[in-house]
Amino acid sequence: MAQHIVSPEVHEHHTQEQESLKTAGFWLFLVSDVLLFGTLFAVYVVLVGHTNGGPTGKELFEIPIFVASTFILLTSSFTSGIAVLQMQANKLKGTIFWLVMTLLLGGAFLFLEIEEFMTMVHEGANIGTSAFLSAFFTLVGTHGIHVTMGIFWCIGLILQLRKRGITTVTKRKITNFSLYWHFLDVIWIFLLSVVYLMGVM
Amino acid sequence: MSQHSSNHGHGHHEEHSHGSMKSYSIGFLLSIVLTIIPMVVVFNGLLERTATLLVILITAVAQLLVQLIFFMHIREADKPRYNLMALVLGGIIVITIVAGSVWIMSFNSVVQ
Repeated sequence: MAQHIVSPEVHEHHTQEQESLKTAGFWLFLVSDVLLFGTLFAVYVVLVGHTNGGPTGKELFEIPIFVASTFILLTSSFTSGIAVLQMQANKLKGTIFWLVMTLLLGGAFLFLEIEEFMTMVHEGANIGTSAFLSAFFTLVGTHGIHVTMGIFWCIGLILQLRKRGITTVTKRKITNFSLYWHFLDVIWIFLLSVVYLMGVM
Repeated sequence: MSQHSSNHGHGHHEEHSHGSMKSYSIGFLLSIVLTIIPMVVVFNGLLERTATLLVILITAVAQLLVQLIFFMHIREADKPRYNLMALVLGGIIVITIVAGSVWIMSFNSVVQ
């Protein structure tokens, strides 16, 4: 009987330990993703000068677009942080609101990126034009795919939050999502620096 | 000593264990400033080439640290900081791959 009374607490403690272990595992995933982007950055840096007579970054990159993308993603990194704060204060509505804001900003970022890619392809600068453009589309596109997956993940989280509320499990999921989103912002900062700013220099 | 620190920790639990609105706002402001600096330098051509490259790289690394500390709370992880260790190892591998690729490919023109 006594054991029956104790067991839910023990169980709760056990799940919490498991959840923090899952967050630790998520960190390992992020580090492996750092390696993926690291190799793509290496390819880009090596091939950036090989334009095959085609357009260079200076001719292709539009300053207002990538400046806007940068501040949109930076702000969305901040809003996903606020969502975590709201979650820690056990405010379900606030958490969902700030996740939706993150989602909208992420969508705006993706819209600008797709627009940029379409314009470039229309101008005849596609993935097969030169080694520089192959590296460019692979590197920036991989980041874009990550953002797309983040958006679907965020939609799933919002649905789950509405259904189950803030529990140990949804808390861990939101924590991991915000880690992922901050990570994507960091990758973008390096894309901005190495690809865009150095490209228009 | 340990009791003192645990009392202190309890009193400020909300602020210190998982970040606060204040630390997120500071991080946000810092990252905006660190983004604007290289943009201003590049768009106005304020510095010569090498100095501009240095400004871009230094502000990017500073921004990485800001995000890690203020947003991802790398300092507040559990006792053995496996996430930090893994991250440092990942960083070493990335620097090796990028710098090594650039270095070895710079011999391309010599061979041809």
